[in-house]
Amino acid sequence: MFAPQFDYYRAGSVAEAAALLAEHPEAKLLAGGHSLIPLLKLRLAAPSALVDIGRIDSLRSIREESGTIEIGALTTHSELASSELLRSRATALAEAAGMIGDPAVRNRGTIGGNVAHADPASDLPAVLACLGAEFRVTGGNGDRSVGASDFFEGLMSTAIGEGDILTSIGIPTVDSACGSAYAKFAHPASRYAVIGAAAALVVDEDGSCTCASVTLGGLVPAPVRATAVEEALVGTRLDAAAIASASGLTGDALDADDVLGDVYASAEYRRSVAQVWVQRALSSAAARCG
Amino acid sequence: MHVPVSITINGRQYSRDVEPRLLLVHLIRDVLGLTGTKVGCDTSQCGSCTVLIDGVAAKSCTCLAVQADGTSVTTIEGMAGDEGLHPLQESFWNKHGLQCGYCTPGMIMASHELLRCNPDPSDEEIRHGLEGNFCRCTGYQNIVRAVRDAAGSATGGAQ
Repeated sequence: MFAPQFDYYRAGSVAEAAALLAEHPEAKLLAGGHSLIPLLKLRLAAPSALVDIGRIDSLRSIREESGTIEIGALTTHSELASSELLRSRATALAEAAGMIGDPAVRNRGTIGGNVAHADPASDLPAVLACLGAEFRVTGGNGDRSVGASDFFEGLMSTAIGEGDILTSIGIPTVDSACGSAYAKFAHPASRYAVIGAAAALVVDEDGSCTCASVTLGGLVPAPVRATAVEEALVGTRLDAAAIASASGLTGDALDADDVLGDVYASAEYRRSVAQVWVQRALSSAAARCG
Repeated sequence: MHVPVSITINGRQYSRDVEPRLLLVHLIRDVLGLTGTKVGCDTSQCGSCTVLIDGVAAKSCTCLAVQADGTSVTTIEGMAGDEGLHPLQESFWNKHGLQCGYCTPGMIMASHELLRCNPDPSDEEIRHGLEGNFCRCTGYQNIVRAVRDAAGSATGGAQ
């Protein structure tokens, strides 16, 4: 398949990329290309130009600074999955990144490109929303930090505006009494999420749950918090019965009109079985607390 | 617009002016005539276009040639050395890890990636490591045997 013709510019820095975007307002940013190139080949997108930010090394890092894990937008899924910092402090993110596509895809695809594309069947949006991520955006409208609930606006739609560049994603660090996990019902061929469930739990010294965050992706246009499940978990000891009972409230988070369906898995089916994946994510997260 | 790219493939440097939309796999196959690398699904699922870019596996149907400018690419043609076939090629041959052979170049490059990251994989890890590569002939059994065999004799080696 051949993409439509476009011009190509390579940016050496974020400032240079911003200048190129200002000069070419119809240009799209290219990072790893694993969301954008398929769109170009299918001719679902036909930008006049691409601005390649893939070689701006300053955007490719994972580091902890003053209570936040800051992840550069060009960090690949392989790097997320193998990061010791993420595996210990944001386990769900490393776990989800390791489930994306296959090894060759994970070597090229980036966290920034993934969330900027905001495919509902993607894994990372639900996990990042669950972990309270902040998205750092620079460009046309100045520097700003956007929370996940505002960043993911809907189906393939984000708060990234014209001339904006997503530079990094910050995740608040958590203490050791926290556990997080991601459970995924993967489409058997594409490995995209039919249903993705992310859970993060905090327990006190007695093992009692003080805070719960549960987010669903894959079956909805943008990540959805399962607040009924979260509220039901707080105060429990996160035993199997408490998790099973809370997971049963998953359907309350899903407006039947919003649930996506396709030839492989209908909306009704996805809505019915979502609680199974929430239960699995919660069980893993609970086992990691402490 | 045409953009100059300079890419080292299997140790030999190639410089060409290309359209930005040219995919790396088409540069390799159509422009440079290295037809060992295949195009299967053309949607980054089947893995038959897998090559190494700076030693790391990538699907060349989902990479623009301009993105690979300045890199060193290894294709299946670059796997065999002066001493003969690469251990993975030997193992695929010895263990009958192919029938029609269409997936084999990508399968071998993906197996190289697997052994680079995990030199002594279990059968389950081999299956997971190759989940981005489809074979429609073998049922994968002999491919798993071939990779296991190669892991015992060498751990990669292509540059």
